[in-house]
Amino acid sequence: MKAVESHGSKVEGAVIDWLKVRNDFPALRQQVRGKPLVYLDNAATSQKPQVVIDAVREYYEQHNANIHRGVHWLSEQATIAYEGVRKKVARFINAADPRECVFVRGATEGINLVAQTFGRRKIGKGDEILLSALEHHSNIVPWQLLCEEKGATIRVIPMNDAGELLVDEFAKLLSPRTKLVAVTHVSNALGTITPIKRIASMAKLAGVTVLVDGAQAVPHQPVDVHDIGADFYIFSGHKMCAPTGIGVAWAPLILWDSLPPWQGGGDMISSVSFEKSTWAEVPAKFEAGTPHIEGVVGLGAAIDYLAAIGMDRIAAREKTLLQAFEAAIRRVPGTRLVGTAKEKAGVASFVMEGIHPHDIGTIADQEGVALRTGHHCAQPVMTRLGLAATARASVAFYNTPEEALALESAIRRVSEVFGA
Amino acid sequence: MSDLSDLYGEVILDHYKRPRNFKLLPDATHKAAGANPLCGDHIQVTLKLDGDKIADIGFMGNGCAISRAAASVMTQEILGKSRSEAEGLFRKYRAMVTREAGKPYEGEDLGKLAVFSGVAEFPVRVKCATLAWHAMEAALRGSGGTVSTE
Repeated sequence: MKAVESHGSKVEGAVIDWLKVRNDFPALRQQVRGKPLVYLDNAATSQKPQVVIDAVREYYEQHNANIHRGVHWLSEQATIAYEGVRKKVARFINAADPRECVFVRGATEGINLVAQTFGRRKIGKGDEILLSALEHHSNIVPWQLLCEEKGATIRVIPMNDAGELLVDEFAKLLSPRTKLVAVTHVSNALGTITPIKRIASMAKLAGVTVLVDGAQAVPHQPVDVHDIGADFYIFSGHKMCAPTGIGVAWAPLILWDSLPPWQGGGDMISSVSFEKSTWAEVPAKFEAGTPHIEGVVGLGAAIDYLAAIGMDRIAAREKTLLQAFEAAIRRVPGTRLVGTAKEKAGVASFVMEGIHPHDIGTIADQEGVALRTGHHCAQPVMTRLGLAATARASVAFYNTPEEALALESAIRRVSEVFGA
Repeated sequence: MSDLSDLYGEVILDHYKRPRNFKLLPDATHKAAGANPLCGDHIQVTLKLDGDKIADIGFMGNGCAISRAAASVMTQEILGKSRSEAEGLFRKYRAMVTREAGKPYEGEDLGKLAVFSGVAEFPVRVKCATLAWHAMEAALRGSGGTVSTE
């Protein structure tokens, strides 16, 4: 890697040259509509550093083969690379054993995997699933499908106007009927960091299983699944500098072992006859078919890259950036930040008086500023706050304080166009 | 190269800020709703037909400048027209806003609707510019319910 010469904790105290880090991302060097690209849609997906792009290319140029099958050299190389990344993932999130980390297509597939295995086996008629008011559709709809099939019910942990979950209300919702609590770690729409450790420990006391959607957390802060104390922790690769189509579902081995397989096919079996098949051990049991090997290789490169910078440094950098972006938005008359939780990460959602977010997005785009506008796949959040949509600037460590000024000038342009 | 003034012209901003026929007809003979699930926009169009003629029209809803202005101008342009005239106007309007970006509009003069010609330079906004029209067409065809841009 170019930006940081040494690894992990060895660089403690070293100063990161963030502009050099930014240069690792080729997509950020381009101009859009004649202006330098200001990419503020990181909560949707992150850009990819050169090392990740190179790792994927190198995989195809030198190591491409199917895994776990061939006795030939190339297959062995591919298998070593694939399983090597599982070890990196485990270290990155402090999992006790690499086998606890199941590769999936992304957080959405990970949640569906849990719904279709744990959910179908352990949740029945009259049972309740607790979700939070902050959830992305991907942590709502799989549970609705399950509830429809099983006759179970969803109940919602409410939030306040700032976008903070009401933990006392959560405590009241826990009952003997509760079989699962599924909560996001960081809200994609508002940026709220939820008190996930507290929620997990309260649920565990009540004997309830806990799933955490970590899609917006793992890219932005150190995550330690042991410390959090949840049963399932799920995240996507593409939001953390890795390719699209790869993600991780983590659970303790004993929990994975207790669950039935999900998709059937090659790689997930121990033996097959037309009368009966037996399943492979975890994680292969949940990884039917030829997996997204290039995605896994890219994820490994992304983890190396992020770990070399240090997730604590990334969190600190993004906190500073978020403050700069929020201040920039506040400076423009007629704007209002949506989501003002005390604990926030990476997301500045906002609205403008009398101007629809869709128009904000189009005008900002003309200035080269990439925002997300709409309901952010979190319609219940919008409904709760009485909004149809917001504009959202979401930052990553490679953004710069100067880009906050570019956002400010783009928003001022929006006001001008609307004569506000 | 697209220019913002192609999209946010004076007439469009005026209709956004002061939408005309912004009402729901209590005695509507035809009505339908339109939704753009991606941006959360929602619009209702109500019409009163006298024989074949659109005797009154009103809309209400929540949307961006383009979708609201398009609805407002639409109500003015189709008031007093026959069903087939209204549908024919929609066909021409749609052809104008969905033409290839960068190409000047060379079709028939659509009068006031020409202010939406610039939408063609912003393909992601075509859905906004046609939402009310789709709802109007659904209302006239009696299919009712909610039409979706997706």
